[in-house]
Amino acid sequence: MSEPQRQTRTIKIDTIARVEGEGALRVTVKNGLVDDVELRIFEPPRFFEAFLQGRHYEELPDIVARICGICPVAYQMSAVHAVESIFGVQVTGALRDLRRLLYCGEWVESHALHVYMLQAPDFLGYESGIAMAKDHAHVVTRGLRIKKAGNALMALLGGRSVHPVSVRVGGFSRAPTRRELNGLTDELLWARDAAVETVRWVAGFHFPDLDPGYTCVALQPRDEYPFNHGLLASSDGLKIPGDEFELHFSETQVAYSTALHCTLHGKRYFVGPLARINLNADRLTPLARAALDGTGVSLPLRNPFHSIIARSVEILFALEESLRLIAQYEPPPAPVEDYQVRPGVGMACTEAPRGILYHRYRVDADGIVREAKIVPPTSQNQGRIEEDLRVFLPHVLDLPDQAAALACERVIRCYDPCISCSTHFLNLEIHREDDAS
Amino acid sequence: MPATGPPRAPHERMNRPKLGVFKFASCDGCQLSILNLEDDLLAVSETLDIAYFPEASSDMREGPYDIALVEGSITTPEDLHRIVSVRERAKVLMTIGACATAGGIQALRNWSDVEAFKQAVYPSPQYIQSLSTSTPISEHVRVDFELWGCPIEKTQLMRVLIDLFAGVQPKLPTHSLCLDCKRRGMVCVLVTKGEPCMGPVTRTGCGVICPSLGRDCYGCFGPSEGAPQGEAFPPNTSSLATQFHHGLQLIPAEVLRRFRGINGYVAPFRKESQTWESRIEETTP
Ligand code: SF4
Ligand code: SF4
Repeated sequence: MSEPQRQTRTIKIDTIARVEGEGALRVTVKNGLVDDVELRIFEPPRFFEAFLQGRHYEELPDIVARICGICPVAYQMSAVHAVESIFGVQVTGALRDLRRLLYCGEWVESHALHVYMLQAPDFLGYESGIAMAKDHAHVVTRGLRIKKAGNALMALLGGRSVHPVSVRVGGFSRAPTRRELNGLTDELLWARDAAVETVRWVAGFHFPDLDPGYTCVALQPRDEYPFNHGLLASSDGLKIPGDEFELHFSETQVAYSTALHCTLHGKRYFVGPLARINLNADRLTPLARAALDGTGVSLPLRNPFHSIIARSVEILFALEESLRLIAQYEPPPAPVEDYQVRPGVGMACTEAPRGILYHRYRVDADGIVREAKIVPPTSQNQGRIEEDLRVFLPHVLDLPDQAAALACERVIRCYDPCISCSTHFLNLEIHREDDAS
Repeated sequence: MPATGPPRAPHERMNRPKLGVFKFASCDGCQLSILNLEDDLLAVSETLDIAYFPEASSDMREGPYDIALVEGSITTPEDLHRIVSVRERAKVLMTIGACATAGGIQALRNWSDVEAFKQAVYPSPQYIQSLSTSTPISEHVRVDFELWGCPIEKTQLMRVLIDLFAGVQPKLPTHSLCLDCKRRGMVCVLVTKGEPCMGPVTRTGCGVICPSLGRDCYGCFGPSEGAPQGEAFPPNTSSLATQFHHGLQLIPAEVLRRFRGINGYVAPFRKESQTWESRIEETTP
């Protein structure tokens, strides 16, 4: 087909599905080469950082949870840790364990949803997990039951799985009894075994080649896999306390997106399950480590499509960890630590299912929040997604528009991007400005 | 449109009522409550034709839909148009959650200067398209049924869907949370712990989660209603607010914040918070 000089060709899909949020992708191709890639997030801004000003610190867990229904615990945890650092509260022992346990629930629930309902259909050629169930009922039912086990943990500790209500500065509003926790053990044991199967299952998928070269960033605790503690580490050797985040990472706004772009020393970087595994594989629990080794992929994982393996290994880790925490649980003397409100600035990073989530608050002597800053994982990965697409696109430019678009969607879904800090229309436009051939 | 799977036989699509799930400004939590149906999800998908639900499926069809579930509030010029188009394509339109039903937590902007907000959050605010308000769906189009909660409660959702598809007008309890708290024999956190619990004016439906965890309700299911002669009957917010102030010694700013929360923009809570706001203004020089 002959095209006029430098004709611009637009390839468009109206909605990218199976991600949380709304955005668009615009790709410009000039002379057969990828010229520009813009991941445009146009989720309506909700201004959380602005209206947190003037609220009381005790209201933070209830408000920030509403930033994201998929990972409310991560928001609650980063917020309470930041405030605790101002008040000088140490949450230790059983209360710390309960926080890890709640985090386990969220990872299991969120990862199982992504692995089974959102991403696996890409590998098996279905439009949804629901459609996949017609041919693979057993597998989808297994995924939903694993997810349910995660939700059950969250519901026990937090009252419900979406926007749990028990997280407080200093601990919880109520600590569960041993008996209540033991009641979950059988189902968690089942889920753990099902998670072993899950790792095996996803490792057998066919993975497109892609090696964009990542700088991975994740929390790195001394002797455990990270949820809400540890130094902030990068694969390039950065090691800093989480409260120094803003000295090294900075956010910039780009014209085409309501999400800010975050960079490390001016460079794009990568957060999430794959980054966590790369930096913390030796901190995994024994079964999770064995399952990872059993997949045959070698560390560090460099292909974004392998994130489904990383996510599945983390499901197994979280289930193994929750069983350990439940077995050793002794109810704390009080559900919440004592503390004194005092003014100051506090920061904290925790590991949301999709990667590090940074919060900073300035609180006055009355406990009123005067300033808030939140950096979610998706804004950190946004630039990385664009880079991946830049590397990936040349492989698919020969495909018809729609197939190229679908292939791009698959790359984006690897990140499990949560644009909820936005909406669900990812338009892909490819502009081709080609010389006549 | 871009289905990756094998095309479905036409007969599979016929006769089943078509469901569409739409998102506006929200956290996705109410949509997630649909996916959290886990045990019933596959059965639901057999009974209903999920014709549009981008969060779950790339099979996206234009409609018309027998029922449209709408999550999220209206906050951008574009969404003003989109909601009209959803309404045109839906036989029944039902809002799910506090965002769609009451404007949501993002309606806190309605008392502020959104331009200042943009400047606080974005280095280049001129790129950001946003209305100065966050409003519920019912301010823009006709809504057939409203399902409260932040997030919605999934068994309530199931019940309403079953009713709708049976052609019955759904009906859910609208009385205050307190009644169910008492029925469960729970210790009152307002009376015994002096917590500013919103239970007396909050709609039941969550399963009394907060008091059962030993804390105060913060009103995430919206205002309760009494219904003498079938008329919507607002909760007695002023009595509760006065109790917070005189009984629990909350200062007016605290009373204000109590009512200006997840459902702050819904009429009864909005009026109450405004009453306390004007009190604060009267007393500050
Ligand atoms: S009502 Fe609550 S749970 Fe539902 S979308 Fe809005 S913020 Fe999320
Ligand atoms: S008790 Fe109140 S705040 Fe808590 S979940 Fe129920 S309605 Fe929501």
